[in-house]
Amino acid sequence: MNFGLSEEQELLQDTTRRFVEERCPQKKLRELFDGETDHDTALWQGMAELGLTGLLVPDKHGGAGLELLELALVSETLGHAATPGPFFGHSLATLAVLLGGSEAQKDRWLPLLASGDAIGTIAFAEPGGAWEPDAWALPVTPAGSGLRVSGEKLHVPAGRVADLLVVGVAGGGLALVERESPGVEIKPYPGADRTRRLDRITFEGVPANLLPGGAEAAPRVRDAGLVLLAADALGGASHCIERSVQYAQTRVQFGVTISHFQAVKHQLANMAVDIEPARGLLWYAAHAFDHLPAVAERTAAVAKAHLTDRYYQIARDTVEVHGGIGFTWECDVQVWYKRAMFDRAFLGTPGVQRERAARLGGW
Amino acid sequence: MDLRYSKEYEDFRRDVRAWIASAWPLKGDEAKLPLGAQAARFRERAIEQGYVARAIPKRYGGSEQPADVLKAAILAEELGRARAPGDVRGIGASMLVPTLLDHGREDQKERFVPPTIRGEMVWCQGYSEPGSGSDLASLKTRAELVGDEWVINGQKIWTSGAQISQYMFCLCRTEPDAPKHAGISYLLIDMKTPGIDVRPLRQMTGSADFNEVFLTDVRVPKDNMVGKRGEGWQVSRSTLKHERNMIGDAAGARAQFEGLLRLAKETTRNGRRAIDEPDVRQRLAEIEGYVLSHQYSGYRQLTLAARGREAGLAGMLNKLTSTNIGHAIAKLALDLLGDDGLLGPGDEARMMGLPPRGHAAWITQSMWSLGIAIAGGSANIQRNVIAERGLGLPRDFAAQKEAAR
Repeated sequence: MNFGLSEEQELLQDTTRRFVEERCPQKKLRELFDGETDHDTALWQGMAELGLTGLLVPDKHGGAGLELLELALVSETLGHAATPGPFFGHSLATLAVLLGGSEAQKDRWLPLLASGDAIGTIAFAEPGGAWEPDAWALPVTPAGSGLRVSGEKLHVPAGRVADLLVVGVAGGGLALVERESPGVEIKPYPGADRTRRLDRITFEGVPANLLPGGAEAAPRVRDAGLVLLAADALGGASHCIERSVQYAQTRVQFGVTISHFQAVKHQLANMAVDIEPARGLLWYAAHAFDHLPAVAERTAAVAKAHLTDRYYQIARDTVEVHGGIGFTWECDVQVWYKRAMFDRAFLGTPGVQRERAARLGGW
Repeated sequence: MDLRYSKEYEDFRRDVRAWIASAWPLKGDEAKLPLGAQAARFRERAIEQGYVARAIPKRYGGSEQPADVLKAAILAEELGRARAPGDVRGIGASMLVPTLLDHGREDQKERFVPPTIRGEMVWCQGYSEPGSGSDLASLKTRAELVGDEWVINGQKIWTSGAQISQYMFCLCRTEPDAPKHAGISYLLIDMKTPGIDVRPLRQMTGSADFNEVFLTDVRVPKDNMVGKRGEGWQVSRSTLKHERNMIGDAAGARAQFEGLLRLAKETTRNGRRAIDEPDVRQRLAEIEGYVLSHQYSGYRQLTLAARGREAGLAGMLNKLTSTNIGHAIAKLALDLLGDDGLLGPGDEARMMGLPPRGHAAWITQSMWSLGIAIAGGSANIQRNVIAERGLGLPRDFAAQKEAAR
């Protein structure tokens, strides 16, 4: 029985934390949040040099050969710092190639994805909340010696900067599409979270390359996505509490800092009691993904529902603790509030995940 | 990360399981003994094996095993599985014994620890008073030294089991002129002493699990003080932590949740199982998120303890987490009961860790979840502790001082 992190895992988290503190301080974060793009090539290059872009990729393809737990720990740290950029979609696209790709596809793409020279992302959602593989309707049709896809995908993270799109297709399979192919049109989606921007992508007879193991890989990639969103939520919620505690210790009203008021103290205590025990649930969900196949899918759903729901409420409480300033564009609290919105809705709301958990539990 | 136990621990588990299978239930003539006597026989043998009373030195009747939280967890699981008696429960073993081991004199340890861990000496706790609940240190029960005896006058309340206890460990004010925390001493009182009047206090479930204890000129030998005069507050501090751990038990929350799930499956509403209704499924799954968090946070804390590290903030959240889960389960259970939510409480099997069976028992659970929320440090006091010690926010009295400036 060892339900704790190894020294290497703690080191990975510390290293990532120091990296983002140094390379993406608040000023940089706000530049990206307020600017034209959330993708900073220097920041991405730094993450690649640290090995974060290829954490799951085996050694022989140039990666670190680690598991989802490590990726979740990194995601938690990036969520804590609200680090902008294509990391989330990239990680899932990489996992899709790893799990579902042919040897040739893996040889071609994994080294590029691991080194960060190529950015990947996933294009799963279709209109009507169709996140699930069995709800995908995007048709794949034979054309000459190959295949082509036509149709529309929604909520594609970093679609505009990705080189490789892993596209969910009718029948629940996955296809690789290169973004620069003719017939790919990217339309920005006016998303709230400006640190992880979303795009709508239309395909018109675009050459596609099916992953032979795509249908088996797709639900696993979804589950990994659920765990990584839960991880982001843990990091973000912890940040919100730290930020609220700090603010309460500096804001003076009635002659004392508001940290003296029991109403504020109890609100902060409730925030802590809501999220901190869920660290155990997140670790369990990541561990289950890696080692306990019988419970992996259900635990991922419960973890995503629970942690993103808690994060959203904690982000709301954080605005409240900050008072009027917390409601302004200038105040950084909105950055985390909007990440909480993303974590909560992406891949399906807590309600959707809880219904899945109920069904998977045989209720 | 590995939720399995290593070979060393799996071997330990195998040995424990085999031994319990041979030792419990008792056989032959021993099986005809009263249950309490059977438990005592078993416990005596389990102590010889090193399975019970592990933290207690051998000279006080324990088995004096090196601290190993994983072995302790395995023993709890295996004894529970076989429904065999484990460590004596109750406030004597969980609170008084650790206090005596930390602060007691040699003769006090020899006299009180062995019978308490054998379950022969039952204790009650004389802490709360009508005017001193969360602000326990304001307690007024007075002990004055007259000759070789402390003469005690005052009143205690919420005293569980006072009517069946041989002794009370009691906080009394011995130094009325000292600052409030420094004026308290920790005394051991024989409940047969003249001047003690125990009156049952009936709680909302209809049963009387608590008492009021009136103390009028109760004379206690001078030697029955644990620690020195005025040190009672410090002496008592180590014990409250034990009680918090006892109540903040994720396994109990898990068992209650399983019971709730069963209730939702067995209840029919609108011609179908309640669990088929979307709102019931949503609420169950939301509660399960909290239960799983509690459970795996517990495993995390266990691992930290095994590595000799502090649990920090996570360790301060257990009681409030249990309380919150208890409230949520009570509310959903009441909704599932429908018209039976008009019922009064059922038989009072104290249900700590045991899921209720039957609708009236669920009413009892819903009421007891309130008792649990208050006992051992109320939810609002827990929030103060979390805010002040966990998050580093200022203490309350500091706010008053600053505001008064």
